[in-house]
Amino acid sequence: MEAAMDLMRRISPKESETALSALLSLLPHHSADLLSQVDLPLQVCMDQQLMKEFILCEYNRDADSYRSPWSNKYFPPLEDGPLPSPQLRKLEIEANEVFTVYRDQYYEGGVSSVYIWEDHNESFIACFLIKKDGSRTGHGRRGYLQEGSWDAVHVIEVGPEEEGTAHYRLTSTVMLSLTTEDKSSGTFNLSGSIRRQMSHDLSVAEGHLCNMGKMIEEMEGKLRNSLDQVYFGKTREMVCTLRPPPDGIQLRLPEN
Amino acid sequence: MADGGGGGGGGGGGDEPEELSDKQKAEIAKWFLANAPAGEIQYVAKDVRSILGDDKIYEMAAAEAFPLHNKAHLLALEMPDRSGDVLITTYGELDKINYFDPRTAQVATVDHVKQVCTNVRPANDDELPSPYIEDFRSTLDAELSKYVGETYPKGVCAVYCVSGKDAEGPGADFEFVVVISAVKHSPQNFCNGIWQSIWNIEFKDDLQFVEIKGKIQVGAHYFEEGNVQLDAKLECKDSTIFQSPEDSAVSITNIVRHHETEYLASLEASYVNLPDTTFKDLRRKLPVTRTLFPWQNTMQFSLTRDITKEMGIGK
Repeated sequence: MEAAMDLMRRISPKESETALSALLSLLPHHSADLLSQVDLPLQVCMDQQLMKEFILCEYNRDADSYRSPWSNKYFPPLEDGPLPSPQLRKLEIEANEVFTVYRDQYYEGGVSSVYIWEDHNESFIACFLIKKDGSRTGHGRRGYLQEGSWDAVHVIEVGPEEEGTAHYRLTSTVMLSLTTEDKSSGTFNLSGSIRRQMSHDLSVAEGHLCNMGKMIEEMEGKLRNSLDQVYFGKTREMVCTLRPPPDGIQLRLPEN
Repeated sequence: MADGGGGGGGGGGGDEPEELSDKQKAEIAKWFLANAPAGEIQYVAKDVRSILGDDKIYEMAAAEAFPLHNKAHLLALEMPDRSGDVLITTYGELDKINYFDPRTAQVATVDHVKQVCTNVRPANDDELPSPYIEDFRSTLDAELSKYVGETYPKGVCAVYCVSGKDAEGPGADFEFVVVISAVKHSPQNFCNGIWQSIWNIEFKDDLQFVEIKGKIQVGAHYFEEGNVQLDAKLECKDSTIFQSPEDSAVSITNIVRHHETEYLASLEASYVNLPDTTFKDLRRKLPVTRTLFPWQNTMQFSLTRDITKEMGIGK
């Protein structure tokens, strides 16, 4: 498994689906581990009843059907697919509504979904997902990107409430790809994925949704900055190491 | 204990895992090896070997994948007589394990999987270009080597004659391929990168014209607690007049230098624009309100949403 995870870190993020498929066929007995630890671009499906898109993941799947957070029904229809309890469903509905506005404000487009379900011992797990297509044919409002996608998966484990506080553990993954293309500068593609964790003990005075939302917002901000400054910055640094910018060179060149 | 799982890309196969044939396993191993980033094939090889658990299949795959990888990344191998490096390219390939080095007029035998040069011998007369062609080639090579040495800290280059190498004198067309490669491996810093450019230089005698076509490719991989890769490429064209070997060499090198410098500048511009423009099409740093999202005020959302819709704000 360690070798498999190392491979996934080395192969180009654009090829991650092919790579995972290959690993699944070579290591069929590790499929559960691979599917839960490897991040793949998110897929979207249409809720046929409400005509709204929703995101697919392991947490809303049963057999080959997926539950829509909008209508709370499975597509393709399932006789008795598991549903969250009425209490959690209420939280789930509110979460989806609020997250839609959050998504709109930061992403100006895209699709989001939230799934909540019981864990053991009065805990629950919430999964917040966002899929944004930023290409100029998608929701890219400024038209810079030939191709661009941001997929975020946030899984929060919320512990039981004790003395007015609860423990929140967030695991976030962002998968990102962007491509610009034009005649004079050619094709420029940056893609990557990073995963981080964050844990807090918070007062439940403002409610679970508020706490989870703030953690996610903070995490997304950090990941965006990380991707931009650290990760992209490192690849930029590498390019300058391979071919130092002209200014430095010109100082050393003797006149021909 | 749920972990941050990714989207379920289709249910994982049938109830019983199908056993793959040896050939299928080898194909998969080959894919991983050939797609390893520059400088990482040995690490990928270790992983693949461990996952396959079958050395015979691994060796079958490696024998086919390593040459592809080495040629695609213009691998430079030190020649045993310390006369320099030989580049592994399709242009200099004489057969599966023998590669021609134009600068020292030698033929190197290599072991692709071990990535070493095992032997060199002087090239035969029929493997070498004519003196007329060699004059052009070596002068260009000297001029380019100077450029590459000054510009790329870890750069290597070679000039191959790929067509018309036996031309005795003026009146014939011929074609060179210039290969430039710079590689940086920093596995301890979780970072690797490669710059490679391939220039086709067509000397057209009748038109007294030299047509130049370039393909530049840059790759970088950073993988500390994540996996981020840059993949950038550019194709360009230019031309100059057919001159003496010395003047042609200078002209051509200037053209190469000009386009490569411009390309570096445009890469830099792309990075500079990233945070404020291109990235914004994916996710803004902050909402238009320039404040964090007001999670406490759930009532406000329905209100904000309605106002936003009515006023068409942000649409």
